[in-house]
Amino acid sequence: MKAVENGGTAIGIRCKDGVVLAVEKITTSKLLKPGANKRTATVDRNIGIVSAGLVPDGRHFISRARDEASSWRNIYKGPIPTSALANRLGGYVQAYTLYSSVRPFGVTAIIGGWDPESELLVDGQVGTGPKSGSGGKVEGVKAGGPALYMIEPSGLYWGYHGAATGKGRQAAKAELEKLDLSAGNLSLYDGVKEAARIIFIAHEDSKDKDFELEMTWVSSLDGPTKGRHEEVPTGLLEDAKKAAMRSREREVEDDEDRPKSHDGERMEE
Amino acid sequence: MNHLPQAWGRPRDDVYGTYDRSYLQTSTPNSHTQSPAVTGTSVLAIKFNGGVAMAADKLASYGSLARFTDVKRIRVFDKTTVVGFGGDISDMQYIDRLLDSIDVEENYSSNGNTLNAKNVHTYLAKVLYKRRSKFDPLWNQILVAGFDDDSKPFLSSADLLGTTFSAPHLATGFGAHLAIPILRRLFPEEMPVENIGKEEAVAALRECMKVLFYRDARSLDQYSLAVVTSDGVELKEDEKLEAQSWNFAENIRGYGTQVN
Repeated sequence: MKAVENGGTAIGIRCKDGVVLAVEKITTSKLLKPGANKRTATVDRNIGIVSAGLVPDGRHFISRARDEASSWRNIYKGPIPTSALANRLGGYVQAYTLYSSVRPFGVTAIIGGWDPESELLVDGQVGTGPKSGSGGKVEGVKAGGPALYMIEPSGLYWGYHGAATGKGRQAAKAELEKLDLSAGNLSLYDGVKEAARIIFIAHEDSKDKDFELEMTWVSSLDGPTKGRHEEVPTGLLEDAKKAAMRSREREVEDDEDRPKSHDGERMEE
Repeated sequence: MNHLPQAWGRPRDDVYGTYDRSYLQTSTPNSHTQSPAVTGTSVLAIKFNGGVAMAADKLASYGSLARFTDVKRIRVFDKTTVVGFGGDISDMQYIDRLLDSIDVEENYSSNGNTLNAKNVHTYLAKVLYKRRSKFDPLWNQILVAGFDDDSKPFLSSADLLGTTFSAPHLATGFGAHLAIPILRRLFPEEMPVENIGKEEAVAALRECMKVLFYRDARSLDQYSLAVVTSDGVELKEDEKLEAQSWNFAENIRGYGTQVN
């Protein structure tokens, strides 16, 4: 638990037309190559995972997630729904709390995905199949959409509209709550801007350390990523960063005008 | 010469005498993998200036029965690679799923490198060869089209034995007998690929598909047509043969019910 509390902040935002994942990657040395050692990973094509806490545990967690996704494909000949992946990973993480021979996972992971809303072909399907009757198609069925889950070291997981973990999670959660995500009005592009802004706010307490903002997204099938989990394009990422820094500066100026408040206002739990 | 998939990989009867099937030990557990069940026939492909075009009809035969008529035998891999399958359809499905899992795993590293058609062809040839070495072959003839490492048009074949072969135009199954001579006449070997236009190449394929439908009893008048260029793959899966003329059939003797 301590490990998770001190990892770089990671957040996920479930927007109406996609999901954004962002992580504050603390750079421990100037000798590290920028952009290397990614903290976000793709599972199957449509799911992304970001974790806060022990990096090697996160890597193993992702490796397990990929195995689960591929074994699902082997059985069902289609992509794993994000909810099913969260369920299996929740079970996996929980199992590490049960035995004296292993220690629990040192990560809290955020899983974001877009489950395809259109009817998918079965993997390897060669024909069109029957038009009606048994095995036929039902017209106008609505399925899929954005999904966001967070799994804790205990194995506990919930679905979220906005999730935050890591060191700056308190500040991040406060900002996420202001977005009124449950109304389902936030667009993916706005989500990208907000995610960058929130990571910058959450970083404030550990200002002395350098960090990289890593951001990935997955959109609807007719959105910018066509249902795939990808890195946010560099141009968009830089714009979001600049906007975030500008809004930070503005707030700092406002703060300086006001009388100084107590530090205790933003106490950790 | 017997061009049927059942004869692929077997010694020719006219050269070596009738094959002694007792050697096949048909009682072994894997014996059903020693012959194809539901098969597709020809795949045709031709390189042109800036890309490759490929065509394959939509029939899957169960022996001589036209069992399925909506089978898509041209498969897209990543953005600029297509794979055309002749031979066993269930083995095609297996390979298609294999390629799909490769594609998923390739995307896990975000270094921007992707597999091109040449890589896919090398991989498939090795899979096919490994399986034939286990005496459990994947009963397919495969054409891979797309681009090589230098972004030049790439076209190559691989078969159930793991044999590979490249040429500016290729065909599998009956097409190897009927379409290749036509393509060679239209586009002689010494003619550089740069001189062949996209429309020309596609028109040639359509013409060959027609000849194949006239002559190959395991073919269909509906086909898939894929055109790969650096912009991506344009795959049309509802093509139909146009302007057929069966006048020549009157003059064919030696088949059917007529006496002479």
